[in-house]
Amino acid sequence: MLSYLANPARFMAFSSWAAPLFLAAAIVTLAIGFPWALFASPADYQQGETVRIMYVHVPAAWWSMGIFAFMGGASFVSLVWRHALADVAARGAAPIGATFAALCLITGSIWGAPTWGTWWEWDGRMTSMLVLFVIYLGYIALWSAIEDEDKAARLAAILCLVGLINLPIIKFSVDWWSTLHQPASIMRSGGSSIHPTMLGPLLTMAGGYLLLFAALLLMNMRASVFRRQVEAARLKGIGG
Amino acid sequence: MSGSGPFQDKPALRVEALTLVRGARVLVRDLSFEAGPGAFVEIRGGNGAGKTTLLRAIAGFLQPRAGRVVFSGVEEPALALHHVGHLSGLKGAASVRAHLRYWAGLFGVQSREDFALERSGLLAQADLPARVLSQGQARRLALSRLLVAPRPVWLLDEPAASLDAQGQLMLADLIDAHRASDGMVLAAVHEALGPAPSQTLTIGA
Amino acid sequence: MSAFAATFRRDLAAMWAGGGVVAPLGYFLGATMMVPLAMGPDRLLLAAAGPPLVWIAAALAVLATLERLFQADLEDGSLDQMLLSPAPLEALVLAKGAALWCAVGLPLALAGAPAAIALQAPLALIPAIVLSLALGTAAFVGVGLVGAAVTASVKRGGVLIALIVLPFFAPPIIFGAAVAAGQEVAAALAILAGCALGAIAIGPIAAAAALRLQAE
Repeated sequence: MLSYLANPARFMAFSSWAAPLFLAAAIVTLAIGFPWALFASPADYQQGETVRIMYVHVPAAWWSMGIFAFMGGASFVSLVWRHALADVAARGAAPIGATFAALCLITGSIWGAPTWGTWWEWDGRMTSMLVLFVIYLGYIALWSAIEDEDKAARLAAILCLVGLINLPIIKFSVDWWSTLHQPASIMRSGGSSIHPTMLGPLLTMAGGYLLLFAALLLMNMRASVFRRQVEAARLKGIGG
Repeated sequence: MSGSGPFQDKPALRVEALTLVRGARVLVRDLSFEAGPGAFVEIRGGNGAGKTTLLRAIAGFLQPRAGRVVFSGVEEPALALHHVGHLSGLKGAASVRAHLRYWAGLFGVQSREDFALERSGLLAQADLPARVLSQGQARRLALSRLLVAPRPVWLLDEPAASLDAQGQLMLADLIDAHRASDGMVLAAVHEALGPAPSQTLTIGA
Repeated sequence: MSAFAATFRRDLAAMWAGGGVVAPLGYFLGATMMVPLAMGPDRLLLAAAGPPLVWIAAALAVLATLERLFQADLEDGSLDQMLLSPAPLEALVLAKGAALWCAVGLPLALAGAPAAIALQAPLALIPAIVLSLALGTAAFVGVGLVGAAVTASVKRGGVLIALIVLPFFAPPIIFGAAVAAGQEVAAALAILAGCALGAIAIGPIAAAAALRLQAE
C-alpha cells in the first residue's frame, strides 16, 4: 500500500478523503475516551482523582516516542530512495511529535505537582522526555535553516537517524543518573502495573491520539505538497 | 611535460542523456557527448547556465536527475580526475609549499613540490602564506594541484580567471602537455584559452 | 604521508596558527570562573556541588569550536578535494575530529585539573577527572562532527549547532559529572570510554554522509 501511495498524485487523492476521515474518527474516539477517563474509570488508591491526568499524559508520552520512530523510518526511506513524500512525511510529523512531547511534559508537571510539592521535578522519565523535546526542536530548526528543500530533507534525515540511535543511550544515561541521585519519584505513570479497568480508557485515548496524528500528518503533508507545487509553478513562470 | 608518461589505459569519458536540476530549474537537459584521450572540450555558456554544475556532476560531487557519466579506461573515477573550480581550496594561513605537500598526501602520491612550484612559477612564493598571494598567484597555486598527482581527466572551471598573460601561457602549456600524454581536459570558459578545442559544448541556449 | 595524516596535520596546523587552541581554553576557564561567581565562594558549598560544573564549561568550549569545522572547507572548496582522495571521506572526517580533539579536547582535559581544584574537588579525584574529561571531550567531538556537518552550509549556525548537539552531549556529561562528584567513578569512567568509542565510530560515518550532501 505504501508503494501505491508513493505516487504524489495518488497520495493527494487518498489524503483528500482520508484526512477528514481520520480527523472525524479521532474526534469520536477522544469523545469516548475523555469522559471515560474523567468519570467512568476508577480513582487511584494513593493519588485520588489526579491520576486521571495519566490518561492524557501517558498516550502523549507513547506517541511522542512513536512519532520519532516513524520519522526515523521516513528518514531512512528518504536517504535510501530519495522520495519526496518521505521527506514531507518526516517534516510533517515533527511538530506533532514535539507537541505531544510538550503535552507530556506539561501534564506531567501538573500531575506531579501535588505529589512533588513543586511544579517540576527532575525525575528520570520527565528528564528523558525533555531531552526528546529538545531533539525535536533541533530537528525542526534544522529544516528551517536550510534553504534547499531537498538538501534540508536529507540532512534532517541524517540528524533524525543519529537521534534515533542516541535515544536509547540517552534514556539509559538518564536512568543511571536518576538512580544515582535518587530523587523522590512518586509518579506511577502506567509503567508500574496498570489495573485492567484503566486499560480501556487508556487504550482508547491512545487510539484517539494515533488517529489525530494521522489526520494532522496528512494535512501537514498536503500543505507541503501544495506549497512545493506552487513554488515549482512560480519558478517555471520565471523561466527555469 | 607533466613529468609522467602517458596514462596507462586510454581514458575516455561518455556522458549519456544527462539532465541536471538545481532546485526547480533544469540547467542541463539530455546532454550527451564523448571525449577520449587527448581531447580538449570547451564548455561555453552564459553566467548561471550550468557550466559549473555540469563539471561538478562529471566530478561526481552531485547526482544527475537523469542520465549518467561513464568513464572507461580508469579504475575509479574519483581517483582519475582533478577538479579546479571557482573555489581554490586554499587555506590562508598555510604556505604555498604546505598546500602542495597536503595535496600530495591527500591524493596519495609522493610530493613533487619543487617541480610543481617551478612549473607554475611560484618558486619565489613557496614559503609565503596563501593569504598574501595575489588573485593570479592564488589561481596558479590552485592550478599547480594538477601537477601534484598525475590524473587523466582535468575538469577546469574558468581556469584563466585572474591569470595574467604569462599565467595564461603557463595554463596553455599545461593543457598541451597533458593532452600530449593522452590526458583529457574539460574546461568551462568565457573566452578561448589558447589551444584549439577538439569540441565545444554550449550550455543553456 | 597518508591522506589521514595529511588532513590531521593540516587541521592541527590551522588551529595552532589561528590561535584556535587558546580560545577554547580561555572559554573553559572563563566559564569555570562563572561558577563561584554564581554560587558564592563558600568552600563547603563548592566542594559539594562545584566540580561537576566543569562539564558545562567543557561542553560549551567544545561547542564553540564546531561551527567552523566543516564550514571553512565547504566555503573554500577543500571539501571537493577531499572527495577526490583515495582515502574514504569517513577517514578524513575522523582525522579532522582527531585534530580537533588534540587541539581542544586534550588541553581542556589537562586544564580540568586546575579548574577542578579551583572548584574544591578532592585532590585524589583529579586524575580521574582529567581522564574523564579526555574521554568526554572525545565523545563531544564525535557527536559534534554530525552537528557541524549538517549545519555546515548555515551561516552563523553556532546556536543551531548547540541546539542540535546538546541533547547528545547529555550522556557524557552525566557520566563525567558523576566522576567529578566522586560517585561510581570506575563505572562512570568505563561507560564514558564506551560513549567515546561509540561517538568516534558513528560520528564520522554520519558526518561524511552529510558532507557529501553539502558538496552537491
